[in-house]
This record gives sequence, C-alpha cells and structure tokens, in this order.
Amino acid sequence: MGSNLFTNYGEAVAMILFAIGLSNLMLQKNLIKKIIGLNIMDSAVYLFLAEKGYIRGHVAPIIVNNVQSTDAYINPIPAGLVLTGIVVSVSVTALMLSLTIRLYRRYQTLDLDEISMKLKQEGQ
Amino acid sequence: MAFYQNIPFFSIFLAMFSGTISSVLPRKAARILNVVVVSLIMAASAVLTVILYGQGRSYTFMMGHFPAPFGNEIRAGALEAGMACFFCLIMLLSMLGGRKKLDEEVEETKHNLYYVLVNLLLSSLLAMVYTNDLFTAYVFVEINTIAACGLIMIRQIGRTIEAAVRYMILSLLGSGLFLVGLVLLYDLTGHLLMSNIQESVGMLIENGEYTIPLLVTISLMSAGLAIKSALFPFHAWLPDAYGYSTVSSAALLSSLVSKGYIFLLIKIYYRVIGIDFIRHNKLIDVLFIFGLSGMIFGSISAIRENDIRRMIAYSSVAQIGYIYMGIGMGTQDAMIASVYHILMHGATKSLLFIAAIGLTDVSGYSRQFIQITGAGYRNKIAGVGFTVGALSMVGFPCFSGFISKLLFAQAAIHNTGKMLPTLIVLGISTILNAIYFMKTVLRIYTPVADSDYPVLHMKDQKLYSGVIIAFVITNLLLGLTSVFIEEWIRRGLIVFG
Repeated sequence: MGSNLFTNYGEAVAMILFAIGLSNLMLQKNLIKKIIGLNIMDSAVYLFLAEKGYIRGHVAPIIVNNVQSTDAYINPIPAGLVLTGIVVSVSVTALMLSLTIRLYRRYQTLDLDEISMKLKQEGQ
Repeated sequence: MAFYQNIPFFSIFLAMFSGTISSVLPRKAARILNVVVVSLIMAASAVLTVILYGQGRSYTFMMGHFPAPFGNEIRAGALEAGMACFFCLIMLLSMLGGRKKLDEEVEETKHNLYYVLVNLLLSSLLAMVYTNDLFTAYVFVEINTIAACGLIMIRQIGRTIEAAVRYMILSLLGSGLFLVGLVLLYDLTGHLLMSNIQESVGMLIENGEYTIPLLVTISLMSAGLAIKSALFPFHAWLPDAYGYSTVSSAALLSSLVSKGYIFLLIKIYYRVIGIDFIRHNKLIDVLFIFGLSGMIFGSISAIRENDIRRMIAYSSVAQIGYIYMGIGMGTQDAMIASVYHILMHGATKSLLFIAAIGLTDVSGYSRQFIQITGAGYRNKIAGVGFTVGALSMVGFPCFSGFISKLLFAQAAIHNTGKMLPTLIVLGISTILNAIYFMKTVLRIYTPVADSDYPVLHMKDQKLYSGVIIAFVITNLLLGLTSVFIEEWIRRGLIVFG
C-alpha cells in the first residue's frame, strides 16, 4: 500500500490539497480566505483528473502521421471534465465574491461571525 | 423513435432558453413567459407519465447522435416524468401565490432577473431528474445551487445576503465532496454514463476488487448530496434562508431544491451503484441515524422558535429527516415511502409558506406569534390553508401527511432490525409536530377583542385564494389517491435502476 502511495504521488498530493482546501473553506472566518479554500479544493480535483488522464510516453490526442492506435495517445475525457469543472468553479467563485462585496459594503467586515453578531444587533 | 420521447429534452431546453430570454424581456412578459413555459412542461410531462406508466418501461434518449459510451444521454421512466410534472405544478403554484409579495419586496428592476433564476432552477431540476450522465448531473447540481442562491439574495436585506453566503459555503462543500466522489468513481470504472458505471461496479463487486475505494466513493457522494439537501447537522443556513427570503423563493427552496438533490441521490443508489449493494452496506445506517436525529432535533428547534416563518423552516429539517430515514431503512417499501414523502412535503411545505404570508400580512407584517393571534379570522383563506397544511404535517387522515406516516410505519414493520427505533422516533416526532403546528393553529383562531389590523376578504385577493385552494386540492388528491400514487412509484422504481 505504501509503495502505491509513492507511485501515485500526484494523486496523493491532490488529495492532500483537497483536504487543505476543504478545511479552509470550513474553518476560516474570513470570507476571502474561505473562497481561496474553495479554489484550492477545486484545483485539487482538477490535478487529480489530470494525473489520471495522463499516461507516461503518450501524446495529446491529436492524430498526426496517421497513427490511430490508442496506445499512442492519452485519454482526452479527463481534460474535458477539467475544462467543464473550471467553468463551474469560476462562476461559483464570481458569485461568492459578489456576495462578499455586498456584505462588506454593508457591514465593513469580512468576518462571518462578526456579521452575524451585527445582524442580531440590528434585530431585523 | 416516437415523438413523445423528445419531451424530456424539450422540457429541459425550453426552461433553459426561456430563462435566457427572460433577461431581456420586460417584467410582465417575463412573468407570462414563466407561467406559460412551466404549464407547458407540466402538461407535456403529465402526458409522458401516462404513456410510460402504461408501457411500464423506461427509455434512453441519445443527445447529439453519439452512441454510448461516448455521448450524453437522457433516461426517462414513469417516475422521472411524474416527478418532473409534480415539480412544475409546485413551482407554478408557488410563483402565483408569492407574486404579490414579490412585487412588494423585490426591487422593480430585478423582477425579470427573478424569472431568469426561476427558469434556470426549473431547467436544472429537470436535468437532474432526467439525466443519465453523472458529470452532467454534477454540472446541473451547481447550476441549481447558483440559481437557489440567487433566489435567496434577490430580496436585498442583510439577513438574506448572510444566509446566501452560508448557503453557498455549505453547498460548495457538498458539491466538492460530490465531485471528488464522482471523479474517483470515474477513475475506478472508466465511465460517466450511469448504466455503464453500474455494469463496471457490478463486475468490481463480483470480483471483490476495490471494495474500500468503492465504499469511499459512495460515502463521499452521499455526504455531498446530504449536505446540499440540508440533512440534520448541516442545516445551519436553512432557517435564515427560508425565513427571510421572499415567499416564492422560500417555497421553491424547501419544496423543490432540496428534493432535487435527494432524487439525484436515490437515482445514484439505484442506477449508478445498484440498490442491492447499497442495501447490504453499513452506509445507509449512517443516513438512517442522521435522519432519525433530524426528525427529533428539527422539531425541537421548531417548538422553540417564536417566528412563524422560521418555525416552518425548521419543520423542513425534520421532514428531510423522514426522507433520509426511509432511504436508510433500505427496503423497497421504505423507499416508496420516501419518494411519497418527497411529494407530500413538496405540496405541504409550499402551502404552509404561502399561507403564512397571508397571515402575517393581516398582522402588521410581523411574524411573531403574539402578533398573529386571531389572524385566521382576518384572512380566512390563509387560515384555512395553514390549517390544512398543519393537519397534513401532523398526519391527519385524508391529507397526504397521514399516508406518508402510514407508509413509513408499514415499511418499518417489515424491517426487523430497524423497526423499533423507527416506530419510536416516528411517534415522538408526530407528537412534536402536533405541538408546534397545533399551537400555531390554535393561536391563529384565538379571537382578539379589538384588533386594529386590516381584514382581507377572498374577493380582494382572488389569485392568492385560488392558489391556496389549488394547494389544498393537491394535498387532498395526494392523500385520497394514495393507492394509485404508491403503485406509480412502485412501478417507476422497478424500471429506475
């Protein structure tokens, strides 16, 4: 099991990054740091996918010199998934940032707990 | 290919395009477009349900003429089509019932944006219901989250923006876990189409390979979707989001958004992993326990609440608990009860939200219990609506809530291991439900001697009254034709996997 971990070090790094991102998203109080955590988390998944799609010695799946054997090329689907995933995470990040700006303009702070306290004081 | 097989595809794209078009339309046109599109999809889905129910089978629809395993697919059976029809019905009624409130609470320039969000929400819900491709499901889960977040924050007050941020954080956590689970599953099987994954997973299970990675994958996906659908310990965002957003949003969020995720989870269990494997897995015991605790703690929070909208919101936590309890019991009967509960809760919770808004309108817009005393006399139709909803939630015979509790109890009796906890918690939860709902009903029908609040008659609010009556009829129909609905769910689940 230990040797597997070493051969697949790319995937292992991806999972560690995912854990870092996840804990940042959960535990940070600052909203910007939360969003950074979210981005680390998503990027870790893309790294994992890229690692899975890449096969050593194979080239990008564009047919050159009429070589049609599947042994020559890497798997293109993970790249497609990464592309879709990036689009999703960009839009989600944009939405989160816009919400953060609105909250900051209203309460002059990025700390979510502080915002909750101010809301309670307002008593809406 | 018969023409009716195009219905799922057209439903999804009609909703999506009408969303895009709404952004450039004036307010009134966007509203009419929304009503027309939702009704059209509802009618088409109803036709599809009848056809597929008669045939007793499901079919796959190839997107863009690429055959499996390369192309993207839609798969429809009686259950999916009926669920789409039901979602459209609830959406239509919620939008009509909350229309007046929307005009009051949301800035006029943002109204067509609201319809953009609603149409996108519908299209993503339909896509989650119909899709046969796991990655497509993920993409639409995210679209659903973004649309839902927009629905919460469209009413621009501090509370809703904060609730939207909290909702987004937990939701993104959920979708992150779901995404990792899905990527690991792709890694294990090499497929993205649900039916193909099931074949590969079946082979893995048979050969006894990769059992731990498979378990991790299923747990990650279940945890992700459970967080997104506000299962008990992950419900922190829910009371504010449902309590302070405009009423149509609250009704849509509680009745449809969380149900869409649960439906997707059930679909993953049946079609991606295979229900037989899930049933013999310890994982569903975890869901079972979380479901049971949600039923109790959700109700206790609701009892302690002093604000009618937040009370209804907390009651959602308990009802989501019921659904997960049914999934956790791991039998066919319990799953039928869960799916029935999705319908029952969708129909009843939106009724309660819409009725509650009628009660607060005649109480000086205050949502505190002390102010709404006697509101049932000042706005009769809202009082009736709220009473019906409350009775249904408590489980009064004739109404849909009674049937779902009965189905859960019957399913529990056939499950020796989980019978006792289920029945005990079901009993306690029913009593707790009765405490807070009957307390509210008693309060709205307690006469107050000299109240200076306005009185609203049915003729002053024709649309609203019509919506409440339609909701009551839906509820009664669900309750009185339950034999037929149960049979539909049973047949649908057979061809679901």
